[in-house]
Parts: sequence; C-alpha cells; structure tokens
Amino acid sequence: MLGEGILKGLAETAKNFAGSFVSKERLTTVEYPEDRIPTFEAARVFPFLVYDARNPGDENDWEAGLRCVACQICEKECPPKCIFIDKSKDKKPDALGKQQFYPTRFDIDVSVCMSCQICVEVCPFEAIKMDNEFELSTTDRFGGLLHDRRQLAKSNEYYHKIHPTEAAEVDARLAEEKAKADAKARAAADAAAKAAAAAKPAGGGE
Amino acid sequence: MSFAFYLISALTVAGALAAVLLKNLVHCALALTIAFAGLALLFLNLDAQFAGFAQILVYIGAVAILVVFAILLTRGSETPKDGEIFSRTWLAGLAVAAAVFAVLGWAVLGTAPMLPHSSPAPHVTVLQIGNALMSRYVLPLEIVAVLLTAALIGAVMVAMHEKEEKQ
Amino acid sequence: MFEWLDQVFVLLKHWLVSFLPATWQPVAGILLCVLTIICLFPALFAICVLLERKGLGRMQNRLGPNRVGPFGIFQPIADGVKSLTKEDLVPLSADALVHFMAPVVLVVVVFMGFAVLPMGRNMVLVDLDAGLLFYFAIGASTELAVFMAGWSSRNKYSLLGAMRAVAQMISYEVPLLLSSVAVVMITGSLSLSKIVEAQNHYTWGLPHWYIFTPWGFAGFLMFAIAATAETNRSPFDLPEGESELVAGYFTEYSGFKFALFFLGEYVGMLSISGLGSTLFLGGWSSPLEALNWVPSWIWFFSKLLLSIAVFIWMRGTLPRLRQDQLMNFAWKFVLPMTLLNLFVAGLWRFLGDGWERWVVCSAILIVAYILMGRVGMYREHFGPRRYRYAE
Repeated sequence: MLGEGILKGLAETAKNFAGSFVSKERLTTVEYPEDRIPTFEAARVFPFLVYDARNPGDENDWEAGLRCVACQICEKECPPKCIFIDKSKDKKPDALGKQQFYPTRFDIDVSVCMSCQICVEVCPFEAIKMDNEFELSTTDRFGGLLHDRRQLAKSNEYYHKIHPTEAAEVDARLAEEKAKADAKARAAADAAAKAAAAAKPAGGGE
Repeated sequence: MSFAFYLISALTVAGALAAVLLKNLVHCALALTIAFAGLALLFLNLDAQFAGFAQILVYIGAVAILVVFAILLTRGSETPKDGEIFSRTWLAGLAVAAAVFAVLGWAVLGTAPMLPHSSPAPHVTVLQIGNALMSRYVLPLEIVAVLLTAALIGAVMVAMHEKEEKQ
Repeated sequence: MFEWLDQVFVLLKHWLVSFLPATWQPVAGILLCVLTIICLFPALFAICVLLERKGLGRMQNRLGPNRVGPFGIFQPIADGVKSLTKEDLVPLSADALVHFMAPVVLVVVVFMGFAVLPMGRNMVLVDLDAGLLFYFAIGASTELAVFMAGWSSRNKYSLLGAMRAVAQMISYEVPLLLSSVAVVMITGSLSLSKIVEAQNHYTWGLPHWYIFTPWGFAGFLMFAIAATAETNRSPFDLPEGESELVAGYFTEYSGFKFALFFLGEYVGMLSISGLGSTLFLGGWSSPLEALNWVPSWIWFFSKLLLSIAVFIWMRGTLPRLRQDQLMNFAWKFVLPMTLLNLFVAGLWRFLGDGWERWVVCSAILIVAYILMGRVGMYREHFGPRRYRYAE
C-alpha cells in the first residue's frame, strides 16, 4: 500500500519523541562537560613520553628517567611530520646503566598530529606511548599547540593507570630485556673473571 | 490621474526601457519582470483586481521564470563583448514600432470621446467575471483552452521524441 | 466577556486609532495591522526554530539546544545576535545589486501573503474578493527571488540549487493550485473570509470543515504535499540539500542576508500553513461547537503551530527525495490525483445532500489511490527502492 512506509516512519519518530521524555534508552545523550563516560582502556589520542620514576619527589626526575634516547626514528617515520627532536651532545646512563643520548628538545604539534600511533609502533625503546587525554584544546593557537617534552613526559605509573594491560606487557618485556642484559653482563663479567683467572695460573705457570 | 498612477507608470516604463537597453540578458529578464509588475499595479490601481492578480500569477510567476530558464538553458549569461546593442536593422524596427504606436494611439484617441467621462467606476467582482466567462464568452474560453491543450500536447510530443532518439 | 476577548485586537486597534484625526484613521489602522504582522511572525519564526531544533533532537534521541538560558529558550536570540553581527560577505564576481535584492524580494513577497489570511473573526488585513488568487499570485513571485539569489551568486552550487528550486516550485505549484480550486468550487468564492465562514457551521457539535469530506481530505493531503515542496522543506529539500549543494541557492549568503533567507523560508511555511488551515481546517473556527467561546485567533494560531509541528515531524522522519523521484511524484501521482479530486468535488456539489455522495466520492478516491499506488509501485517510479550497488 502506497504511503504505508511513511506512516510507519512517522510512528517510529513519534515513539522516539514521546519516549525521550520518559525512557533513558531513547535519550542517550550524555551532557559532556558535566557528565562523562569513562574512557575505554584502548582509547588512544595523542602520544606521550614515558619516564621511569627513579627517585620520587625530585623535581627533575622526569628528565633523568626519560626512556627516549633521541634515536629520531619516530621523527623520521611520522607521516605528518609533527615531531621535532634535538639530540644531545653528551650521554647519560639509561635504565640499563648504558650510556645513551637523550633529547634536549622533543616537541609534538597537536594541530598536526593525526593520532596514527606509528611513532609508538616504531619506537624500539618503549619510550613513546599513546595517551587517552583528549581535551587538548587551548586558547593560544601558536605556542599552546606545540607540546614540549615537559608536557609530554608522563610517568610509567600514569601509563599503568590508563593502559594497565599494555603497560604490564611492556614492563614484562623490559624486565626480560633487563634480565637478559644483566645475564649477559654477568656472563661477560664471569667470562672476564674466568679469563683473568685462567690468565693468572697460566701466567703463574710460566 | 493620481500620483500613484504616475509613479507606477514611471516604474513600468523604466522597467521596459531597462529590459531593452541593458546588456546582460538576465538583467533584461529581471527588468522585464519589473515592467510586468508595474502593469499589474496599474490594473490594481484601476480596481481591476482579477486582471492584476492574473497578471502577477501568469507573467511574473510563469512567463518571467520561463524566460529566465530559456536564457540559462540556451546560452551563457555572459555579457556580449562588443558594446553594440542596436542591430543593423534598427531603423526598420523603429519604423515598425512607430507604426504600431500610431495605430494604437489612433484607436485610443478615436474611442476616447465615445466613453462617458464621469461615470462611476464599475465594480466588477470575480463572480461577475466568472459568470461572463462561463456564459457569454464560453466559446472563446473553450477555444483558448483547446489551443493551450494542443500546445501542451505538442510540447510533450517534442520532449518525448528527443528522449526516444537518445535511446 | 468572551466575545470581548475574541475581538480584543480589533477593539485595541480601534481604540489606538481613535486618538488620531479622522482623515488619518484608515491609513493608521492599516499601518498598525501591517506592523503587527511584521512583528508577530518573526517572533513566531523564532519560536518555531527553537521548537524545530528541540523537537528534531528528541526525534533523533538527543536533547537539542539546552545551553542558552533555561532549557535553551534563549537560543533564537543567540542565533539572531550571531547572524546580525557576522560579516556580510559578497563574492567578488557576484552581481551585487541582484545579490542584494534577492533576500529583500523574498521576505517582502512572503510577508505579503499574510495580507489576505483571516487570523480571527474580523481579523483580516484586506478582505479581498480574490484573496486566494492574490495569495497564489504573490506566492508565485518567490520563485523569482530564489532564482535571483542563485544566479547572482556566480556559484555552481547556488545556480544548481536555484534551478532545482524553481523547477520544483513550478511543478508543485500546479497541484497546490488545483487542490485549492476544489475548495473554491464548493464554496463558490475566492475570498478567504467567505471560505472560513462556509466551514463555520456545526452538525451535532462537529464542524463542517472541508477536511472531513472525502474530496477535502484528499485535497488536504495533496495540498500538504505540494505545500511542503513549495516551501522547500524536507523531504523535498533538494534545492538546499546540504549534503549535495552546501546550502543551495543561498550558499553565498552570510550574516543578515542569510538570516533574511532563513526568515523568509520559515515565514513562508507559516503563511502556507495558515492558508492550508484556512482552506481545509476551518481557519479560525473552533473544532467543537462547545468550544466556540474560545477566542477565534487562538484557534487559528493553534492550527498554525500544529501544522508547523507536522512539518517538523516529517522532517525528522523522511529522507530526501532524488530529483527524478520528485518530478515523477509531482507529475505522475499528485497532479492526476488533484485532477481527479476536482472531478470528485464537482460530483459532491451536484449529488445532493444524501449519504450517496459520501459513498460515491470516497469510493472513487480510494480506488484511484490504491490503483495508482499499485501501478506506480509496479513501474518502480515510486515505492520501495532497490539499490544496485549497495546490496
């Protein structure tokens, strides 16, 4: 019958209209700034730099604990080229005690970043991760949109808070690496000790 | 001859002149619409409501739109490059226009003395017009209706023919 | 008491005018009425926009504007201030004069339609003998304003929108006129006040509105469809389909001129709703004889707002038509039905007062409707669509 579909549609919208006054199901809007829905664990918006808190309470703890070694892979891989890194001249010991470069400048432009997460994928040091903070708007459209390393640096605890599963995996991986490195160092030390021990009797034998 | 009459006449004549003299065709069409509107206002000024409204409905609502559509569909709205708006045969055109004007003027002047000068303006209602159309003038009305129907069918035929050719 | 309330505006006008010298009184009275119309309908426009945004939101499971003032009731004021303070941009290549004139012509023409609408007992600005004809004559001029806007902008979207609008308005003006002609045939008058008077009778306490007759019901449906198309409302909003043409013919308008177009559109909607309720819903007459004591203007404006609510309801429900569907619908369904309705109205007039005319007229219309629906669906000109690529 001609016009039947129109009547059905009209009935449906009328139901929606009347129902929106009584049923929560027909008025699903959450009034955002006042009410919020919890963010999902998998939510990803904008990268941040992970640092390991070594001595909490220290003002410059974040700088010392940055995992980033300024290898600049993310800067090169970034599709919209929104990461700007300056490599340091000197080296500092990293979490494994190895001497590494560190970024003297690490800026990301919020207005350019497209949240593709490629920087996270390519980072070999688990130093850059995705944040779920989405209220990044600012009234300063020139300086305010360029986040520097202080703004980007967030502790590993924060990472655990926003992405617990993923952070646990990362920590496990890092611990494994550390264990491997430790084992290697111990093996090297043992080998060195053994060599030294072997050299001594030999030398003594001569 | 009231002030309103002169005002409306000036508007009508200005519209008509603009329609002839402007270079951009769409402007001409819009100016022509002003002339049509002026004519309708003249009818209304003479208390001829039906004629006035019919003028607006038919000429502004349909004819002007048709003219505009024809312009848009047949040629670009660009102003011609050369400034010439008078055709080469403008003398002949002027002669024809003068002849028509002379005939009209002669007819108007010839019938003017026959009209009573101070008779009250007849109050013609739509009802009277309808009655007249349906009784005394029914034959002309029907002939016009047949003519228009024929034109309509012709237009449909033209349109359908083109469509068949395409397929 | 209630009679006094019914005529309160008329009495107020006479009282105000009586302060002036006698020679000025007629002119002052008309000016006062014009001023009232010019102030009243933009205010109604503001209310309608708010209702539309809130109602449409509810239909789409959201809240609608609720930030400006309690429940967002000051939203129209915020919108107004915004559009008035915005920069008025005119494209460099636009035809400045025509570009400026288009919104003015539209608004003027749209407001003129109210001159002949009876908004209450004795409340009509000019009671023209050919009021309906005047209304349609004025309504036909809106097409020109739309065309002027589209053409003068020198923008392909504007021009396309204008072409669509004009084609659509011309196509739907025919059924609009023809469905009203049925009313004229029965009433025997083109005067809108006489049309209302003819419907202001009651049998068993129920009104003699034309919508309660077979031809009137069919005519009202056709009128409503044509009026929706004529005002470019959804589902016939192709001329300004924002997903295709940005904003159609007023793409290149901003600031106050844009607001004028918006105003013109809504006031046009109000005015055509007024015409529809005058022709088919008894104008200012009350729906029950028992309610005759309620002032007549309240009934008129309730009917107006009810029609607007239906407009909003349809906009919240129906998707936009395609151009060929639009034209097919106008010429192959609405037009034949209105022509048939004219015939039925004639039958109604000459069949006498018995019950036979109800049966005969209803039967003809229902059979025609079902047949046309079947044939149309069979030929797939309208009816459910199959999407070749989407399946």
